Amino acid sequence: MEDMLFYDRLQFAFTITFHYIFPQLTMGLSLLIVFFKGKYLRNNIEKYNDAAKFFMKIFAINFTMGVVTGIPMEFQFGTNWAKFSELTGSVIGQTLAMEGMFSFFLESSFLALFIFGEKLMGQKLHFLTGFLVFLGSWASGWFILATNAWMQHPVGYEILDNGKFVLENFSALFSNPWLIPAFLHNQLASVVTSSFVVASIGAFYVLRNKQTEYGKLFLKTGVIFGLISSLLVAFPTGDWNAKNVAKYQPASFAAMEGIFETEEAGAEIVLIGQPNMVEKKLDNKIAVPNILSFLTYQEWDRQIPGMDHFKKEELPDNIPALYYSYHIMVGLGTIFIGVMFLSAFFLWRKKLYTLKPLLWTIMFLVPFPYIANLTGWYTAELGRQPYLVYGLLRTTEGISPTVSSGNTLFTLLGFVALYMLLGLLFLVLVGKTINEGPKHQTH
Amino acid sequence: MELFWYIAIAVVLTMFFILDGYDFGTGIIHLFFAKEEKDKEVITKAAGLFWDSNEVWLVAAGGMLFMAFPTFYASVFSGFYLPLILVLWLIIFRAIGLELRGQFKFQMWKDIWDASFGVSSLLLALFFGIALGNIVRGVNLGGVEKGISEYEAHYFFLPLWDSSFSPLSKTPGVIDWFTIIIGIISVVALTIHGANWIILKTNSTINNKLKGVILRLNIVLAALTIFSLIVWKIINPNSFDNFIQKPYLMVFPIIYLTGLIGLFFIKKLKKDVYAFTLSTLLILGGITSSLASLFPVLLPSVNTVNEPLTIYNTAATEYGLSVALNWGIIGFILLFVYMIIQKRLMGGKIDTMDYGH
Repeated sequence: MEDMLFYDRLQFAFTITFHYIFPQLTMGLSLLIVFFKGKYLRNNIEKYNDAAKFFMKIFAINFTMGVVTGIPMEFQFGTNWAKFSELTGSVIGQTLAMEGMFSFFLESSFLALFIFGEKLMGQKLHFLTGFLVFLGSWASGWFILATNAWMQHPVGYEILDNGKFVLENFSALFSNPWLIPAFLHNQLASVVTSSFVVASIGAFYVLRNKQTEYGKLFLKTGVIFGLISSLLVAFPTGDWNAKNVAKYQPASFAAMEGIFETEEAGAEIVLIGQPNMVEKKLDNKIAVPNILSFLTYQEWDRQIPGMDHFKKEELPDNIPALYYSYHIMVGLGTIFIGVMFLSAFFLWRKKLYTLKPLLWTIMFLVPFPYIANLTGWYTAELGRQPYLVYGLLRTTEGISPTVSSGNTLFTLLGFVALYMLLGLLFLVLVGKTINEGPKHQTH
Repeated sequence: MELFWYIAIAVVLTMFFILDGYDFGTGIIHLFFAKEEKDKEVITKAAGLFWDSNEVWLVAAGGMLFMAFPTFYASVFSGFYLPLILVLWLIIFRAIGLELRGQFKFQMWKDIWDASFGVSSLLLALFFGIALGNIVRGVNLGGVEKGISEYEAHYFFLPLWDSSFSPLSKTPGVIDWFTIIIGIISVVALTIHGANWIILKTNSTINNKLKGVILRLNIVLAALTIFSLIVWKIINPNSFDNFIQKPYLMVFPIIYLTGLIGLFFIKKLKKDVYAFTLSTLLILGGITSSLASLFPVLLPSVNTVNEPLTIYNTAATEYGLSVALNWGIIGFILLFVYMIIQKRLMGGKIDTMDYGH
């Protein structure tokens, strides 16, 4: 039983982590593509159109990876989490089915048209197909976040005698107070990733002194979008989400902030420190007093319950992982704001394109927004533990009753091997596309 | 309301097999008949341009099944654990085969991804047929041994095969000689369908040869169909009762027969699209006939201890199903609109299409 749960969780964690490398780029990138294409419609400067088409190529590679790694996600609800599906399918089946019907279709049908149909359709229709791809990918995020929001903060349901959750109020799924902050935070974070990718490719072109015209355009666009989105990710959306966690999941809030003991007056904010689960304290702690209370409630002396306040069964089962995920996300987010602010400043002073140390920094920073996005999701998911549906259905109760751990380990190993291959091919393809650059014509 | 969603899911699933079915068939033809690079390239394109928008029908079917029949979804997906995960892996190999072949110009690279596309298409056609075979044969619901259920009545777990390989076993596996026959029927039918798609969408040099291939495969298919019906009657003596009690259901087997018989005249047909329509009828009729013979059962039980899964004992509640109707109808209209827009804009022969690069 224990290893069954362990392998099921590990397989889901592994496959969703790998999957989310791709949609987090495509969602944000589609916005930038619409921007480039829209600019071209207005100013008729060819390089904007080239940029739109170039990034759609990158988009397409990511989209394919996203599709083939996304279908296993949908299937795994049934294969590995059958009991969870049986009990909650009447509720979250709604949002998941809507995702398949409304967004995935939109995205895939119009992606093909965008890539192959420019001459066929003319510029305005071509822009429209790009916009529909964007709409599809954001709608997809919306429905997935609605599903997750229900698991984090269940609303609009009723529990029958046999333990099944049934839907009682459909619109409550979308007016869930968890949903809007989480959706905005997530979408903006994906704009951060794509802005860094665009800026990083730009920095690469400028640094190697090839296709520099495009390089400068990418840098400029990436930095402007990057600065705005990094700021918005932190405030108001990040702040808003943290307040939601404090309100609806206080035990997880204590764990992710690393508050072991409840303080009499205001709670301190931990900047650095390692959770010591034996002595129930943080080692090597650096903290600023009262700030957490102020940030969460705008009251310096407001008491915030620490982990000592909760029963062990209510606390997340992996507190250090949750704590680190959250702190890595916040730390990286702060660095992004700093770098983007600096870059925007030098862009304004017209020095960015010649400032090599900063260009190198932008180029090599590209993996970190991915890490920040993933650790953000780890914070949400580890924070929800030990529940699948917060407060109502425990993770141990959700796994498939008939699938043995040996089978799950087998498929987990298969997924690991296959995804390593996919990852390798992905890097080769993206590398090749970037190396060829926007001017390259395929024929 | 259960009935509405049952029909809706059947439609979406059938659409998936019709649309992605030609991609599988295209892969099989590509594997065995395409010899020249020019043909290989255009045949890969005939599937490559469409596979992802065809595959979304599978995603939609999965989502709708989850929403409308959560108990069935949970039971079947965990019960067929291994074959389903294998299908997922094959879908990945199929997709990367199609997407990667054109990325580099050297022949070895193309050969690798051609093989990936071809072999996984063949296996997918086989596996989906085997899956259909499992559904009509039924499973050991509740994992009954010596008259006692090991699991809750609606759960089961199927090994890949049982040592007897027999559909009459009390604990049948995924693969037995009956499901293999259905698997082969699926391969043959989808190969015909894929060949028709290639003829319709390309000017490949093997198009004329393919008509002969279809004719020969069609003879095999007719023989296999008759054989499988006899076997099915032996395995489950009640398998045709639905058609006797509700004669209007005969429309589905008649659709199948129309496709099957029509394809014998393939060389006389004036337009390629007629042949493609006939193989579409073949798939449409095949799937709907199988479902109609079971209705309202979704998954029969091979033991007498536990009841089969039906659309009634696995459905979500009335409120959920009816509220989903509101968005479901809009969704359905959109699905068909997108499909028509896409297929129209990408209509005509692929070789002569201007990609606008």
